[in-house]
Amino acid sequence: MKKSKKAKSLFNLSIIGPAIIDSFKKLDPRHQIKNPVMFVVLVGSILTTGLYFQALSGNGEAPAGSILTISLWLWFTLIFANFAEAMAEGRGKAQAESLRRTRRDTLAKKLYSPSYGSSYEKVSATTLRKGDVVLVEAGDIIPMDGEVTEGVASVDESAITGESAPVIRESGGDRNAVTGGTRVLSDWLLVRISSNPGETFLDHMIAMVEGAKRQKTPNEIALSILLAVFTIIFLLATVTLLPFSVYSVISAGHGAPVTVTVLVALLVCLIPTTIGGLLPAIGIAGMDRMVQANVVATSGRAVEAAGDVDVLLLDKTGTITLGNRQAVALMPNQGVNIKSLADAAQLASLSDETPEGRSIVVLAKKKYGIRERHIHELDAKFIPFTAQTRMSGVDLGNGRQIRKGSAEAIEDYVRKFGGSFPEDLKSNIETISKNGGTPLVVAEQKQVLGVVQLKDIVKGGIRERFAELRRMGIKTVMITGDNPLTAAAIAAEAGMDDFLAQATPETKLKLIREMQSGGRLVAMTGDGTNDAPALAQADVAVAMNTGTQAAKEAGNMVDLDSNPTKLIEIVKIGKQLLMTRGSLTTFSIANDVSKYFAIIPAAFIGTYPSLKALNIMHLATPASAVLSAVIFNALIIIFLIPLALRGVPYKPMTANRFLRNNLLVYGVGGIVAPFVGIKLIDMILAVLRLV
Amino acid sequence: MNWNNVIQGFVFLATVILLAKPLGTYMARVYEGKPTGLHVVLGPVERWIYRLSGIYPETGMSWKGYAVAMMLFNGIGIAVVYAFQRLQAYLPLNPMSMQGVAPDLAFNTAISFATNTNWQSYGGETTLSYLTQMVGLTMQNFVSAASGMAVLVALIRGFIQKKAETIGNFWVDLVRTTLYILLPLSMILAIFLVSQGVVQTFKPYEKVTLLQPVMDSNGASVQEQVLALGPAASQIAIKQLGTNGGGFFNVNSSHPFENPTPVSNFLEVIAIILIPAALCYTFGYMVRDKRQGWALLAVMLIIFVPCLWSCISFEQQGNPLLSSLGINQKATAFQPGGNMEGKEARFGIANSAIWAVTTTAVSNGSVNSMHDSYMPLGGLIPLWFMQLGEVVFGGAGSGLYGMIAFAIIAVFIAGLMIGRTPEYLGKKIEAFEMKMASLMILIPPALVLIGTAVAVILPQAKASIFNPGPHGFSEVLYAFSSAANNNGSAFGGLSANTLFYNIALALAMFFARYWLAIPILAVAGSLSRKKIVPVSQGTLPTHTPLFIIFLVVVVLIVGALTFFPALVLGPIVEHFMLHHR
Repeated sequence: MKKSKKAKSLFNLSIIGPAIIDSFKKLDPRHQIKNPVMFVVLVGSILTTGLYFQALSGNGEAPAGSILTISLWLWFTLIFANFAEAMAEGRGKAQAESLRRTRRDTLAKKLYSPSYGSSYEKVSATTLRKGDVVLVEAGDIIPMDGEVTEGVASVDESAITGESAPVIRESGGDRNAVTGGTRVLSDWLLVRISSNPGETFLDHMIAMVEGAKRQKTPNEIALSILLAVFTIIFLLATVTLLPFSVYSVISAGHGAPVTVTVLVALLVCLIPTTIGGLLPAIGIAGMDRMVQANVVATSGRAVEAAGDVDVLLLDKTGTITLGNRQAVALMPNQGVNIKSLADAAQLASLSDETPEGRSIVVLAKKKYGIRERHIHELDAKFIPFTAQTRMSGVDLGNGRQIRKGSAEAIEDYVRKFGGSFPEDLKSNIETISKNGGTPLVVAEQKQVLGVVQLKDIVKGGIRERFAELRRMGIKTVMITGDNPLTAAAIAAEAGMDDFLAQATPETKLKLIREMQSGGRLVAMTGDGTNDAPALAQADVAVAMNTGTQAAKEAGNMVDLDSNPTKLIEIVKIGKQLLMTRGSLTTFSIANDVSKYFAIIPAAFIGTYPSLKALNIMHLATPASAVLSAVIFNALIIIFLIPLALRGVPYKPMTANRFLRNNLLVYGVGGIVAPFVGIKLIDMILAVLRLV
Repeated sequence: MNWNNVIQGFVFLATVILLAKPLGTYMARVYEGKPTGLHVVLGPVERWIYRLSGIYPETGMSWKGYAVAMMLFNGIGIAVVYAFQRLQAYLPLNPMSMQGVAPDLAFNTAISFATNTNWQSYGGETTLSYLTQMVGLTMQNFVSAASGMAVLVALIRGFIQKKAETIGNFWVDLVRTTLYILLPLSMILAIFLVSQGVVQTFKPYEKVTLLQPVMDSNGASVQEQVLALGPAASQIAIKQLGTNGGGFFNVNSSHPFENPTPVSNFLEVIAIILIPAALCYTFGYMVRDKRQGWALLAVMLIIFVPCLWSCISFEQQGNPLLSSLGINQKATAFQPGGNMEGKEARFGIANSAIWAVTTTAVSNGSVNSMHDSYMPLGGLIPLWFMQLGEVVFGGAGSGLYGMIAFAIIAVFIAGLMIGRTPEYLGKKIEAFEMKMASLMILIPPALVLIGTAVAVILPQAKASIFNPGPHGFSEVLYAFSSAANNNGSAFGGLSANTLFYNIALALAMFFARYWLAIPILAVAGSLSRKKIVPVSQGTLPTHTPLFIIFLVVVVLIVGALTFFPALVLGPIVEHFMLHHR
């Protein structure tokens, strides 16, 4: 599941081989009955095979050879459809396989009592049960999904997410969930196992991509009904042709009634085999595309719903704005020169490679003319930010210690030196917070120097993405804890339609409910436990993989990359899934026009010679006409497998333009293509003298 | 280009389109219970009817309750008409002493009139008493049309309402349709028709002396003729307006007492299409988006106009067999030209073809010319219009709800193609709606195809076919297409008053009517319970030219794909045989 593997080709030999074997295995009637359209083809294939043997015994309705060719192509139609499904499954299985490889049977350090330092025994990970607590130290693989109960550590989750940068996992808060199969790089963690073997996230992913748990989605059911009705209509239209033909032969006085073989051929050509055969593959491929986007959906239903979303609720931080804020102003403490504050702030940030740190250096230089220095020149030691201290800074060679951090952390810091936190600065800090900024306090030992104001910076390109969403008919709502004024400013800057300021779990939930009762479908992303109620209420709820277990359980999708803008991609994949189905349905039905013109004159020309006028394609003989239509019908499935697996391309545009474009391609194309295809096949058959 | 045909067609269409808006608005106001001019007079009558019948007009019905009420009412209607026919010999207003009607024929006729089909296996003037015609059949002409319109209104409510459990009150919809819409329009039309010479009398048939005596088949001179009379005008008005089509006399509107003049012809053919066309506007008005109504009307017109023009053209071209005999079939100032076999001289080609196409596009079924005598492709058009499921205008109410079912299917496919779970007028179309809409496109073709297949194989059914070959096949196909789409027109040339046809066609009419109406009510119930999705840029607009064309294609493709093989073996091969011999 590394990102480099994503661009794997559609037709990979290691997938095709097993897929071919599977396409024969899937001829099992118990499998075919699930797909009524293809089941009809199976019955037709068996029937024509029977007719072939009857013809061999000497009293067939037509020459045995011609029945056999048609019968064989009907079997091919079935096998091609099975192949499409097997291909889609194969791609999923390949993915599952690479997931499985990450799950080695690890030894877990199961603690006797759930506290650090307690003794443990080494047990196999498969024997762990929900509620057990294990110790995971640097270099260990986390044996199962769980929650961190103690400790902070950096974890390599690349096996699951494909992202090589390690992530921090710590007890409490929103980053306490760990996934089985990932590796602790530094420090240690105590993990309370949250699932039994076979129920882990990884198991779930594997089941999902293998299609083992695939159920028909509501939309698929509705489409199946329509396809079944078309099948019944065409069944009636062909079955009744036999009596009609018998009547015509009697009253015309010559010719022979249409053969059952030709009727079966006509039936198979008319029923929507193209979409019927590719339908399972389209569904599986949709899930597969989700997995390739590093999103695990708990059901196909969720993927489909994603295509329908009208409202996206997006958290401000990390989604709309850079998670990292930038310094925009300095506010010195009383009696402190602003230049010395700028100087201290810059010194404290010289080695701070975070965007905030760098932005402070830049601000000091640009606005206050403080020259940028090199930390080596100063014989200084950089004090990095840690989860424990929540400060960073610098110890200079001359003994100066400068720190910057949150108001609380700095307050503790200066108090350690016997200093105190100035009250009037507190009001400054409040003002900054109120305006949606983040205050960063700078101090030198016991002296608080002042505050750096950090401000949200709207992500580059996000405005365009929201404009794109608006064209897709999706409304964007920003969720933020900021006050309404700041929220409004940021929302306007990002080009969002609306915002929810000072959001609490309750107000989020209320907003979703209101929108839903207004008939809208709501999607949201979330990571914290406090997001869980809203996630559970939303129609499409994407939990971040870095989020808490509660959030993941409440959502119906998990984004392994923990990228909140992924929602946009999810929506596209959902839409693609529906579009592929719709386009192939239209194509399939549109194809029927030409098949009539191929088969009907061929079937009745013996009775009514003047029907040759309907042979507008000028197909060589009645037999080649029927066979060409059947061959086209089988081959088109093969030709469309790549489309079914990749999906119809999606570009945001208005619904009307989209429909027009797709109707031109799949509707008009669906009418024209088989005329060309059938004629070509007929010409080839004639050249090869196969009929 | 025959300018007479163009002008006739244009005037007809222009009149229909002009009348659609005022009548459509009026009907919408009636259904919404808003005051109309007629409420002053009819309001008290309406309330009196409710009081008398114990109807609580404010009480809504669930879709099941609505369906039960409709079925009960229609069931009783069938029983009453059956009884009238069987017992007419003992009942008053029977000046010609008509005997009781045979059970199978009475059964067929009872179902035929209750289902708004008006297939007639009988000749009115030789079979039925005045009482049976007036009280039995005319009554059904009113209430069968009103039933169809009631179901439509219930469906429209499904689109308007949000999270509602009821879809209206069947009795109220029935009473309002009859009282405010059908009765006033019929009265006006009947009076106009009488002014043109349509008979309206209780007098027995009259014997008149022929101006020009003729010889009968035995060589005897015939001096006298019996002229059938009766209370015709009142029945003909509602027969046209209510998309019924059952003629008072056997030859229907080609009879000079039913349709005496070009003026009466114009009024009657307008009356055929008036309500189905106007209901499109009613629909748009009631869903608060008139463009939706115009869109559906446009869909119907886009299919209707080219077919109308083709039919006129095929008939005007005339018969190649006659041309080869040197017979002049050119239109001149003194002759209509073209294929005049089976057409009335007073109507000519244009008015016969306009009627034939209109009466089959609309599920009316009255005729002013004999469709059996049309050119093969000229006759294909009326046949195909019925096979399209009677959705191009179609029956009063039933045509539009059929078209809405097609719109649901079109929206479903189009929705998928743009990557959105489909919605129509803000209501999500899901598996249940698809299931019900699918029945709409499945049941009529199934009845037509199976019925025809049985009829061309079963020996006792085959005995009814007089014309062998493709034409005989067309006649059988036409009969089942007519019954199974509740049209009621006959191709003729088929002796349909047999046990087989009476029973088979009665069953086809029954299932085609109620197996579609009940699913539509189920859709109404299901839609009523849904929320309304607000319109956004991602919503597929259903009033645009693109969607209109798409819906046209869906209707045509479904119709064409289902019946192409059968049509090839009937009119199409007959056409080729005629032209390529």
